[in-house]
Amino acid sequence: MIENTVVEGSYAVAEAVKLCRPKVISAYPITPQTHIVEDLSQMVADGEIDCEYVVVESEFAAASVVMGASTAGVRTYTATTAQGLFLMYEVLYNIAGSRLPINMTCANRAPSAPISIWNDQQDSVAVRDAGWIQIYCEDSQEIHDFQPIAHKVGENPRIRLPVMTMMDGFILTHTYEPIKRMEQEEVDQFLPPYDPVVKLDCARPLTFGAFAMPDTYHEIRYMLNRAMMNSKGVLEDAFKEFGEVFGREYHPYFEEYRTEDADIILMTMGSLAGTIKDAVDRLRDDGEKVGLLKLRTARPWPGAELRKALDHASVMAVIEKDISLGHEGTISSDLKTAFHHHDGPLIHSFVAGLGGRDIRVSDIKWAYEKAKSLREPVDGSIWVGLNHDIIPEVV
Amino acid sequence: MTQPGSLKEGFIEPGKRLFAPGHRGCAGCGELLAARLVLEAAGPNTIVANNTGCLEVTTTPFPASSWGVPWVHSLFENAAAVASGIEAALIATGKREGINIIAQGGDGSTFDIGIGLISGMLERGHDILYICYDNEAYMNTGIQRSGATPTYASTTTSPSGKVSWGNTRPKKPMPEIMAAHGIPYSGTASVSYPRELLRKVRKALDIEGPKYLHIHVPCPTGWYCDSAESIKVGKLAVETALFPIYDIEDGVVTNVKRLKEIKPVTEYLKTQRRFAHMFKKEGGDEIISAIQAIADKNVERLGLKK
Amino acid sequence: MLVGVKLTAGAWVEPATTIDTKTGAWRSFKPVWSPEKCIKCYLCIDLCPEGAISALPLDEDGKKTGIQVDYDYCKGCGICAAECPTQSYEMVPEEK
Repeated sequence: MIENTVVEGSYAVAEAVKLCRPKVISAYPITPQTHIVEDLSQMVADGEIDCEYVVVESEFAAASVVMGASTAGVRTYTATTAQGLFLMYEVLYNIAGSRLPINMTCANRAPSAPISIWNDQQDSVAVRDAGWIQIYCEDSQEIHDFQPIAHKVGENPRIRLPVMTMMDGFILTHTYEPIKRMEQEEVDQFLPPYDPVVKLDCARPLTFGAFAMPDTYHEIRYMLNRAMMNSKGVLEDAFKEFGEVFGREYHPYFEEYRTEDADIILMTMGSLAGTIKDAVDRLRDDGEKVGLLKLRTARPWPGAELRKALDHASVMAVIEKDISLGHEGTISSDLKTAFHHHDGPLIHSFVAGLGGRDIRVSDIKWAYEKAKSLREPVDGSIWVGLNHDIIPEVV
Repeated sequence: MTQPGSLKEGFIEPGKRLFAPGHRGCAGCGELLAARLVLEAAGPNTIVANNTGCLEVTTTPFPASSWGVPWVHSLFENAAAVASGIEAALIATGKREGINIIAQGGDGSTFDIGIGLISGMLERGHDILYICYDNEAYMNTGIQRSGATPTYASTTTSPSGKVSWGNTRPKKPMPEIMAAHGIPYSGTASVSYPRELLRKVRKALDIEGPKYLHIHVPCPTGWYCDSAESIKVGKLAVETALFPIYDIEDGVVTNVKRLKEIKPVTEYLKTQRRFAHMFKKEGGDEIISAIQAIADKNVERLGLKK
Repeated sequence: MLVGVKLTAGAWVEPATTIDTKTGAWRSFKPVWSPEKCIKCYLCIDLCPEGAISALPLDEDGKKTGIQVDYDYCKGCGICAAECPTQSYEMVPEEK
């Protein structure tokens, strides 16, 4: 391990990807993902990675290139965000259905329209059903550490699933902070070379991508979902082994902060957890029984684990940077399913920080007070920090 | 590399063929015939990436496959990019030598939805042969118009009708568009001339870099002709100068298949019901003249007349 | 309901396995080859969309002897009969 070095978040990802020894990287530039792929390009240009970097004409092509390379049996990586992720949408489903363990970083950004390059998490949340394992990161250390974990879990022969790790655009991608950097020997010890069960090979000329009639499609999708469910155990093992090798312990599904005796628990994903921890500290100073649950793994959904962790709370305030339009924040909906027909907290959905709107400690305190005051469930989401003055009557 | 028409060497067990029978292609299908010939020319050390379409659907009903070489289908439009990834993987693992990589699809995936990805593949300089099997419409979904549909052909989305003569737009000049990428080889072929096709596939595979081969493949179902007439109809397309055979090598037109006699386009048009409206409706003569003008232009442009 | 099949993760398939589907059942006309006029040009082998026509073994002198049709797969499209330069094929209605 290399002790605290100050690096940009994007570099933290790129260096970790390099240490995983991918054979094919393909990506298309899009803000705020660009620094990651620029760093990787430079590493390839300097001969630091023994890999093919395929520069393509679109994200659709980038996803397709890694799809082909992965089918040919090698470790692959790509990165994108928002519009790029949506352009990949068709390929995302195809990759998961083809059971290809591609590793992708999503630098979370708001979707158009209106066009915005700034951060929220609508992009990755919108593709949560595609069959990719989804892991959200709070800081550069996490996004650095989770790259070998992504490969290890996805490439497990019992799992064979793509993995998407999320980092908030700009907030993490363009921010310099100190991290403990992994070393090649450690990563090699943790992550064995990729050796797939089947691949494109003239010695065994298999067919990939056959079409399925109704008599098999249903079962093939069942298998995909089973693999997603089974990945929970593999995730647990991988995070445990990561701790043993690297000395940094992570809960595979979430992280709790001052929740032990908390009456009201706030919940979020990604970098917002930092702000919420500050808010929790200040509220605690004021005598409030409040804590934070930072969701790490959103797919597979850790419903039973969340239920166990949160059943002592009376109120949950899920503060998230996405919304299922016409409904509510997506993680809030998911969390409600964890308590269906169980005694559990009253769950309130808060939507905050869309399109890069800054979320301050005062916003979190506002959401906390609001959640505390509501004694009944409300339909839809409560929007944090709305400037009502600029919203016309006819929307 | 095996010799062309390897079946000529004798009977090969169906289960050991590069392109096995039992596929669900329509009787008389020009596309599947061309695909079989392409594989026999390319040989066993070939990896194929295939776009969605008739060729994919008829050959890979899970849990069966007609393919005797490593073969992958991802989506409708991305075979060129998938093949690019395959090549990158082979290079990265030191296994590129001695393997042909072919990306292929029908005219819809080539002319329309996948053209950007093919352009990307050509521009990047991959050593891949892209093959377009052109049957001039979206046959797999029921004969809808594509950018390859010839002028005034009737399709289910460009039907002839009381006020319409069918598809009004010209066929996209794909071999020229591909050649404009500065690639070493862009050629046309017709499945009706199988030995010429075999030679062209081998020639293209022997050239290093990105290659494009455009094969005209009659579709009895979509062109509304008898299955036994498939090959004849394909020949007539060539003989009337509506589908000229030529290569573009490093930007220069070469190997033009010259004809002693150029037949009038009516010889071709009257063989298929997709052109029947111009023989029935008043004003059809003008439409036929317009099609003849397209053929005449091809004759002049390429020097087709011997 | 499908029996005797085990699914594969990602639905990959073993090569050249469509041979279990005997598309000969589609046929309504059957090409019958007769050796008399055949010049062994093998054009029919090249032009069969099914790959259902193959060459007979060479004779003792190394000469071509003719072709054989695999009726398991021949769909009866009639291309062989239509294209044969010596009319060595006859399309005969299938007996039901």
